[in-house]
Amino acid sequence: MSEELFTNLAIFVLSLLVGFEVMSKIPATLQTPMMSGANAIHGVVVVGAFVIAAEANSWVFYCLAFFGAFFAAVNVAGGYTVTDRMLGMFDRKPAAKKEDDQK
Amino acid sequence: MSALQTISSLIYLISAVCYVLGVHMMRSPKTARHGNGLSAVGMFLAVITIIVTIIVEGKIDAIGWVVLILGLALGILYGVVKARKVPMTDVPQLVSLFNAVGGGAAAVIGIFDYLLKGDGASLSIAFSLPVLLDVIIGGITFSGSLIATGKLSGHVSGKPITVPGARILNIIVVIAILASAWFMIGYPTNIWYVILALAMSLVFGLLMTLPIGGADMPVVVSLLNAFTGLAVAFAGFVINNQVLIIAGALVGAAGTILTLQMADAMNRSVANILAGGFGTGDSDTSSAADAVPVDVKETSADDIGLQLAYAQNVMIVPGYGLAAAQAQHEVAELAKVLTDKGINVNYAIHPVAGRMPGHMNVLLADVNVPYEQMKQLDDANPMFESTDVSLVIGANDVTNPLARESGNEISGMPILDVDKSKSVVVIKRSMSTGYAGVQNPLFSMDNTQMFFSDAKKGLQDIVASTKQYLE
Repeated sequence: MSEELFTNLAIFVLSLLVGFEVMSKIPATLQTPMMSGANAIHGVVVVGAFVIAAEANSWVFYCLAFFGAFFAAVNVAGGYTVTDRMLGMFDRKPAAKKEDDQK
Repeated sequence: MSALQTISSLIYLISAVCYVLGVHMMRSPKTARHGNGLSAVGMFLAVITIIVTIIVEGKIDAIGWVVLILGLALGILYGVVKARKVPMTDVPQLVSLFNAVGGGAAAVIGIFDYLLKGDGASLSIAFSLPVLLDVIIGGITFSGSLIATGKLSGHVSGKPITVPGARILNIIVVIAILASAWFMIGYPTNIWYVILALAMSLVFGLLMTLPIGGADMPVVVSLLNAFTGLAVAFAGFVINNQVLIIAGALVGAAGTILTLQMADAMNRSVANILAGGFGTGDSDTSSAADAVPVDVKETSADDIGLQLAYAQNVMIVPGYGLAAAQAQHEVAELAKVLTDKGINVNYAIHPVAGRMPGHMNVLLADVNVPYEQMKQLDDANPMFESTDVSLVIGANDVTNPLARESGNEISGMPILDVDKSKSVVVIKRSMSTGYAGVQNPLFSMDNTQMFFSDAKKGLQDIVASTKQYLE
């Protein structure tokens, strides 16, 4: 096994363990935003889209690079935006309530 | 390691730390939004780093820039517009759609690097195995998540769809995937091997998701989310980029935990859900009169208004029917009418009420229901003893007292103890069973009254009658 592969494998396994640990016991209220937030994080695949675009050299590869960039950009941009919108609703609650009380 | 590589590796490490801390902060409602922001900062750093890297390396040609920028611009535009415009009720299918394209992007990277080796190139297993896993998992989540999106949005029937001979078809597809794996790992590159692997994994994604009922889709979306994480991690192996590996593995593990928690709350195993064909999730629309047993007490909007107006503590129990009828505004209005007169109103939210865990909270938060009024299962149950009226809106199985007994489909499922309150009013379209297919004895209890109506229309009538008694 090459050193590079071993390093990557070690990183992979330890990251899995971190993921299990950091995610346990989520209040149900936050599970949908959490799923959406995690969904945005795998939008990091956009970095891979840059890497392949830099290597493209014929029309097949240009096409693949285009779809890679398009798909990844939808994932990352949409994912963070919709998660923020969802969480923003919990955010503005106390303020909205105060306004109501003042009325 | 060149200076550029060192710096970029360090920045990728910082962005990985941002994701982990971001996810950690998202566990509490107070810090959740900042957590997502921190994770976005990490993403921004990673993107800046890769932009600088490819500029400095200078390998990318003009057409490469054009396709990259065009793809990114269109993707960002589409993603942001969709995410901003979507009504809160449609969030689950949007998350599923974003998940599909994430898996698609991961598969594209695997295919790209495989083909880039050139036709007939011999491959090391350290390269071909991650490519294979990337393409297959990415392909499955791409088609599977699109079907899940379709089922949640109603473009594909929410009913379990089974094709004749599905079992044999499944076996054939699995054999074809294994064959493509054999060729991709053991033989020199050939475009047809990767096309076979992609095509078969897309078909497998369809076959996997189509037979699953709409009500189980949340669990499936969560599972596919975890799959996409793994596909992205394998894409990281392919292009030897650690930030993809870390973030992908993090999401893979996180998605798995979420999936197990959701399945647990429904008292079902993930294997059982994937076996499919269990339920449709959509209550049927048969007319109320057909199915009403004689021992059920029916009531009117007028009577419910009277009960609510003279109550001190009211508990609202929202369910799938509320989301389906999009009646969240009416619920919030009713609650406001009551709280303005000093009546305590709370919401009892079961973990699996709605289409995704926390779906009810998001729906209610959208119409400005204060966070403190939303009680989770464990907090809500002790409150039912002192509740005068429990208003069950479009919920069924999550209130079924049969879950406390053994020997039926929902035994052991945690439920809301609605039957302990002084009076229970159930707003429901018909007497049809919930998606577990079990009769609910709550409906024929002495302290229960049924109001057969669409949630939206019924609540409008109740608001009107309540106002009349409160004035």
